[in-house]
Amino acid sequence: MVDVTPADAVPPAEVGEVELYHPHSWWTKYVFSQDAKVIAVQYSATATAIGLVALVLSWLMRLQLGFPGTFDFITPEAYYQFITMHGMIMVIYLLTALFLGGFGNYLIPLMVGARDMVFPYVNMLSYWIYLLAVLVLVSSFFAPGGPTGAGWTLYPPQAIMSGTPGGQDWGIILMLSSLILFIVGFTMGGLNYVVTVLQGRTRGMTLMRLPLTVWGIFTATVMALLAFPALFVACVMMLLDRVLGTSFFMPAIVEMGEQLQHNGGSPILFQHLFWFFGHPEVYIVALPAFGIVSDLISTHARKNIFGYRMMVWAIIAIGALSFVVWAHHMYVSGMNPYFGFFFATTTLIIAVPTAIKVYNWVLTLWRGDIHLTIPMLFALAFIVTFVNGGLTGLFLGNVVVDVPLSDTMFVVAHFHMVMGVAPILVIFGAIYHWYPKVTGRMLDETLGRFHFWVTFVGAYLIFFPMHYLGLMGVPRRYAELTDMTIMTESARHLNSFISIMAFIVGFAQMVFLFNLIWSIRHGREAGGNPWRATTLEWQTPQTPPEHGNFGKELPIVYRWAYDYSVPGAKEDFIPQNVPGDFAPSREPA
Amino acid sequence: MTDTTVTHTSQMEPRPAGWRGIAADWASDQRAFKNVSWGKAMMWIFLLSDTFIFGCFLLSYMTARMSTRVPWPNPSEVFALRIGGSEIPLILIAIMTFVLISSSGTMAMAVNFGYRHDRRKTAILMLLTAALGATFVGMQAFEWTKLITEGVRPWGNPWGAAQFGSCFFMITGFHGTHVTIGVIFLIIVARKVWRGDFDTGRPGFFTSRRGRYENVEIMGLYWHFVDLVWVFIFAFFYLW
Repeated sequence: MVDVTPADAVPPAEVGEVELYHPHSWWTKYVFSQDAKVIAVQYSATATAIGLVALVLSWLMRLQLGFPGTFDFITPEAYYQFITMHGMIMVIYLLTALFLGGFGNYLIPLMVGARDMVFPYVNMLSYWIYLLAVLVLVSSFFAPGGPTGAGWTLYPPQAIMSGTPGGQDWGIILMLSSLILFIVGFTMGGLNYVVTVLQGRTRGMTLMRLPLTVWGIFTATVMALLAFPALFVACVMMLLDRVLGTSFFMPAIVEMGEQLQHNGGSPILFQHLFWFFGHPEVYIVALPAFGIVSDLISTHARKNIFGYRMMVWAIIAIGALSFVVWAHHMYVSGMNPYFGFFFATTTLIIAVPTAIKVYNWVLTLWRGDIHLTIPMLFALAFIVTFVNGGLTGLFLGNVVVDVPLSDTMFVVAHFHMVMGVAPILVIFGAIYHWYPKVTGRMLDETLGRFHFWVTFVGAYLIFFPMHYLGLMGVPRRYAELTDMTIMTESARHLNSFISIMAFIVGFAQMVFLFNLIWSIRHGREAGGNPWRATTLEWQTPQTPPEHGNFGKELPIVYRWAYDYSVPGAKEDFIPQNVPGDFAPSREPA
Repeated sequence: MTDTTVTHTSQMEPRPAGWRGIAADWASDQRAFKNVSWGKAMMWIFLLSDTFIFGCFLLSYMTARMSTRVPWPNPSEVFALRIGGSEIPLILIAIMTFVLISSSGTMAMAVNFGYRHDRRKTAILMLLTAALGATFVGMQAFEWTKLITEGVRPWGNPWGAAQFGSCFFMITGFHGTHVTIGVIFLIIVARKVWRGDFDTGRPGFFTSRRGRYENVEIMGLYWHFVDLVWVFIFAFFYLW
């Protein structure tokens, strides 16, 4: 970059320099660190570790479904425990924590040009409370009765009754406590992310110059701060029902011929609270993925993102709409038909901003200088997968189509495609993209391509047949399907096939983990900006960036994040901190 | 594809009118809210999130109350005290509400004196606020004790719907916890004011950050919020 700063081109600093806590020892530098980048790595490592547990649980489920009766140790109770913990871990403790705690912590301060999060101490507490939540969750595996088997939605009344694994043991108590801790910890981090984006940007960094990654993570965090309260309240109330014997969610109920003490509660109330959190949660996971994938596509296609402003407004519109669609998860719970009509309408309206985003990604690729790097491969795979998963969402958003398909494998296929596989593909792409910044070395290319193709093709081979199984009427959440008339010969074979593919895809993830660890020492030296990208995190004086991110002076931003292949420029990218006098820009006025 | 423009960060064009102007203001350079410090912004956003928590609690309570098929106990009778031979409805709650609202007044005065760097008056007023808050929690403890001796439990009560006790203990308990946390932090901040931390720039014990007199106002935001929530609890739980 050109090292000249025209004095009059720079607005006065509105934000004073921050006091950073400078670590004095190994402990405060790497363990109890207040540096957002270290916290990000801690979050990511913890989330990956607990995610591996969930991966193994999915294998155990597939063992049972693919080869029923072969493995005696997978009892129906154990199967329900696996399914519950797999879902809860993947959605909350892996995806939410990794996108917001991991990528949010690493990328927000670097991308907006800040030294750190605004309150690093609170940020550090956020991680440690998250770790505590994970430990409480893991402890339920060793508690008497094992973890809860209530399904990841934890619907009462069954969640706290003795027929459900962990319902009258420790399982459900530890699950709810862990969720409450997670929410407390997340709130501490989330407030930091939001305030850093709103109030802590460097000079020249207007909101409409933020990379879309930051927009995605920011909007998702705002949503999380407004959606998690509903889950918090639901957890507190169910905990009271279970421990103190209140009846918030428990109607009068007879269990094993005995009338329980509960009376007059409303299970539907829990569903409303849960899904008021649960549906925004889908977009809490999806919006960071949308943002990140926009940046990956623009960078690796060497072209400015198409319709930047539309992309920003689409993110905001999706975030807002996702708060008024929650009851589409409850079509079969019993609802006034007019409510069903309302929620079906809002649900289908969400397709508009999401379609805008998909079109803009495709138009960004159109006539771009596409480099089929590994991040780009994952980004392309994401678009395809998201469209597939989104289309089945239109099926399920309609009441009349949802009712017969509800509680079948079709639903499993839908949400795994749209909020399982699609965001995970983005996470992989993002790791391949930013790993050089975090470690200073590239991930191994060959292993990476192997990982990509096995994961991408494998995920389709796992989840595509599930649509078919679902249309045949194969129910979800059943531990044993063999004797059902639905389970024809072909369906049984398909189930075994899915299981085998699941093991292969799981194996590919081990290769990926090996790559992650191996490349820290043996990867190719990356340099400061291996992808020739424009955003600020690639312009740091050191790689990996030191504490404080930008050396003595914070960068000044002169342009948007997407000045790729600008006609008349010397190179095909112009970093955000290059003054406008020295290079043209394509920033929309 | 050729209409490239040269951009200057310094362009101070007049803001467009209407919604576009609002969007442009919010999206402007460096900070969205120009005169708001990080701490204050964080407190406001936290309070927004906390509003959703209390909102969910209150909505759940209202759902329970409206859907129950057993009569709901009459709050005017349940929360009445026998003073001088006659039952006075809601008298304790009225006093509690008065105490808490008064504490908002002393808090506001503390903020005012804080910005004048009047350490003594600020600290005294904050401690007075804390004392009023503690009085509120004390009276709440008295109320809980009274109801418990009369047989109200989270899982049932002598007069009607079981959810009455559940909601009462849960919501007042959660609010009381907020007041208690507020009292603790009021005392901590008052101590810092008294010691002159905000004048000498003494770094915080945990955060190693210097505090400012604005911290008194941020503390005040939380306190007023807790008061405001109480007004809603008062209206929806006791007066309904």
